[in-house]
Amino acid sequence: MSTVNEKITEKIRSEAQRLLSTGEVAAFIGYEAGSLPMSVRPFVARKQEDASRLVWNSFCVLNLANYLPALLKSFEPPRRPGDPPPEGPLPKVGILATGCWSRNIVVQIKENQVDRDRVVIVGVPSRGMVSARKVKEAVGERDIQTCIEEDHSLKICGEGFEQELNRWDVVRDNCKTCVHPDPVIYDILIGDPAGERQVQDRFAQVDEIEHKSLEERWNWFADSFSSCVRCYACRNACPLCYCPTCFVDDSRPQWVGKSTEQTDTMLFHILRAYHCAGRCTDCGSCESVCPVGIPMRLLTKKLNKDVLEMYGSEAGMSLDEPLPLTTYNPADPQGFVLTEKSEKGGDR
Amino acid sequence: MKALKLDRNAIGQWLSNMAGERDIYAPASDGPAKGTWTLLTDYSMPEIKPGVPARPVKNFLFPQPETLLKFSIVPTDPDCCLPSEPEENGRKNVVFGVRPCDARSIGLNALACKADTYYQANMDKNAIIGLTCSQVCSTCFCSETGGSPMGTEGCDVSLTEIDGRYIARAMTERGEELLALAESFGKEVTDSDFSAVEALEERARSGSDEIRNPEEQLRKKDLMELYNAPFWQELADRCINCGACTFLCPTCYCFDIQDETLHGKGRRIRCQDSCMFPLFTLHASGHNPRGQKIQRVRNRFMHKMKYFPDRFGPISCVGCGRCVRDCPVNIDIREVMRSLLNFHDMGSVTP
Amino acid sequence: MSSIKNPYRPYPARLDNIKVETEDGNLKTFRIVLEDKADREAWKHTAGQFAMLSLAGKGEIPIGIASSPTEEGHLLFTVNRAGVVTTALHNMNEGDRIGVRGPLGNGFPVDTELKGKNIVIIAGGFAFTTLRATLIYMLEHRQDYGKITVIYGARTPGMLLYRDELEKWQARDDVDIHVTIDREAPGWDGLVGFVPTIAGQVAPSPDNAAALICGPPIMIKFTMPPLEEIGWTDDQVYLSLENRMKCGIGICGHCSVGPVYVCHDGPVFTRSQVQKLPIEY
Repeated sequence: MSTVNEKITEKIRSEAQRLLSTGEVAAFIGYEAGSLPMSVRPFVARKQEDASRLVWNSFCVLNLANYLPALLKSFEPPRRPGDPPPEGPLPKVGILATGCWSRNIVVQIKENQVDRDRVVIVGVPSRGMVSARKVKEAVGERDIQTCIEEDHSLKICGEGFEQELNRWDVVRDNCKTCVHPDPVIYDILIGDPAGERQVQDRFAQVDEIEHKSLEERWNWFADSFSSCVRCYACRNACPLCYCPTCFVDDSRPQWVGKSTEQTDTMLFHILRAYHCAGRCTDCGSCESVCPVGIPMRLLTKKLNKDVLEMYGSEAGMSLDEPLPLTTYNPADPQGFVLTEKSEKGGDR
Repeated sequence: MKALKLDRNAIGQWLSNMAGERDIYAPASDGPAKGTWTLLTDYSMPEIKPGVPARPVKNFLFPQPETLLKFSIVPTDPDCCLPSEPEENGRKNVVFGVRPCDARSIGLNALACKADTYYQANMDKNAIIGLTCSQVCSTCFCSETGGSPMGTEGCDVSLTEIDGRYIARAMTERGEELLALAESFGKEVTDSDFSAVEALEERARSGSDEIRNPEEQLRKKDLMELYNAPFWQELADRCINCGACTFLCPTCYCFDIQDETLHGKGRRIRCQDSCMFPLFTLHASGHNPRGQKIQRVRNRFMHKMKYFPDRFGPISCVGCGRCVRDCPVNIDIREVMRSLLNFHDMGSVTP
Repeated sequence: MSSIKNPYRPYPARLDNIKVETEDGNLKTFRIVLEDKADREAWKHTAGQFAMLSLAGKGEIPIGIASSPTEEGHLLFTVNRAGVVTTALHNMNEGDRIGVRGPLGNGFPVDTELKGKNIVIIAGGFAFTTLRATLIYMLEHRQDYGKITVIYGARTPGMLLYRDELEKWQARDDVDIHVTIDREAPGWDGLVGFVPTIAGQVAPSPDNAAALICGPPIMIKFTMPPLEEIGWTDDQVYLSLENRMKCGIGICGHCSVGPVYVCHDGPVFTRSQVQKLPIEY
């Protein structure tokens, strides 16, 4: 057993138990153990007894902020569009938040999806989450029956094999390049802050694609996204995607076709990525939940890079910072505007 | 029925013989297309990993997308807005290496698609060469759904590996014809080979599965009691309402029909659709009969475990375990099935 | 294709006549004639069935057939402008080509269970369409039914469908017609009040009777108590459900309510059948 995770789990349980038993929160969003090796399941604890079901390990890959706006809304009295907001204090919700998840909560607060006063954020500095896909590849796609996590290794067993993997080797790419593992906003902090990480070439994966020729880039895009089944797991696992009607579901007009043909699939992924520009924290939820292993995270990572270079901004770092793409500044760069003179998006 | 013993080379030769009249598809074992069914160009025995490939076989029965009709929308065209069926190239397929669960799904979906001429035509177009399972994976539960790792239902030819060779048994008339293409080099199946296959079948039958014939128990249960059971709320709490389960499920067959037009030509296509999506049931008035997430999660499981058996007999699940494996939030249909089977009105649930 | 007829291929047809029904212009009745004589001759439907109207390039939409099987040579569809396809349909002109796929669904059991019964037809708003078909069919086979009572309501006089016909039926003595509007309106000297209220006042006897009710869910909900009070039971009440539909032949799953496909097993159900289903319509 990993002693690090054990300690965090213990603290999460006791904090959740306290919050629920005192009535400070009506529900607490965390994780409970899953039915498969390397799986946990998001869990909404509603009673204090539920707190003992909460767990923490390296497989908590789905960004819990995803559940926050809807769960908060579920505790509000029903109202129609235009009705005044309900009076008096509304029930609060507790939620676990790593660095990136907390930044997503900041984005949700700034975009008026979440009321800061109704959330109790229990911060957990992240050690990086493991990619189950990398683990499966590392054991040659064999059927994994158990996975035991130690602090720095994973012991994988299946029929006729046993393999030990270095934990960091199978950590997700987004976590490996993450520089802000600590929650930027929290009410309670569990564990010691990890501190800002120094990462060389944070955008190496993006650079690699940018350096390809136009044709190679197109081929990369076409090949990597060809197996998309349009299940929208990437969209639905994303804490930025809270629109009541998503552009892919709109029929008047219908923006995107419904098929899994290349045009429709590519258009969906490009539009989805653009909707995340300036808001994405590279939490990796989209890529982790994709059932067919599409690297759609690289599209948003590219936009993160652009937003950082052009606006000097990273999403959700502070409640006081303006949102880069919804705030007008005459000094904003305009090099991305294609003109006859500019060949590759002009100057940066 | 005809049976032959084929080694790996013989399988390659057989594939090559069949390729003369049919396109042959098998699951890709690596590359970006890993787990998808790809056209074979090299006729050697494909490497087929234990368990099911990422994609179900249903895409041969419901091509994505499938053009139902095509038409012109040029007003001066005398046939403007007069839809007709697309021309077929007449080419038929062999789908090779289909696991028993996937093969069984074809017949289950056919129960619902009796009136669907396109589905019937696609059944006719695709010959299924099954491959029984020598290893049952941790997410597999075919025996609990009425199938078997040694199952042959839905297969035209069924292959069973015994000591590195394959016992190929024709299961249908079409299978006989296909297997005849290996007759000249295939070896005779001996009595001991047959006994080996029978032994495997017997082992599969005597498995220690807790659940047998769930459909009988589920059909006896009261529909509205299951519908109102308390366990749906927890599933809805964590379900993110994506369509991963439905699109990877071999027995989820719901579809959408859409018209598309370009440069004066149009086509009416059908694409897979998912009851997990709010749009699935949204009325033009804005009213949504399954507007709540809990209603949609419940609908998928109730359809598989109660509505379908009530209507057609068997449950609409073949135990391939894809949804178990790929659900982003670990909703495990095996647990749901147990919850349904163990549910008695008083709300007692054994997880 | 196999030898069975392709159920997704619509019959070619022409818009023969388009009539604006309501003052807001949102409801039009489309008279449609199948182009091929063989199709016209083969076409047989029951009152209460629907068809898919097919607009090449726009899609299909399920619409109840408003004409009675006894009105030969053409079909009538009264369509509310609501979504993409119905809007496109409203913008079409007489003579334009359209497709018709059907008839689909079960229809009212006019030749079986309803025969010999006293019939009460209750309709609200633009849900009167298949009940118009039913009423005309019954009036054409008048001897097969007992007393026929119709209660039909709309928001305003201008929102009533088939106004000319309503007047003709009101003049007949073998059918009892109660037309009502929600609120007083200038020039209206008929009944005023919501359909449930009028149903309570008319108080049709449940003896050897059946009620066919079509309307918005809220109307159906409030119409039941006054009927139940005077002894009506759920198996005497026939409802026509509506749901989103795509295939129309009980496969695609969109219209499913529990184990039932509204398009294939319905749209007509007795209220006792509906009571056993989840409220997902």
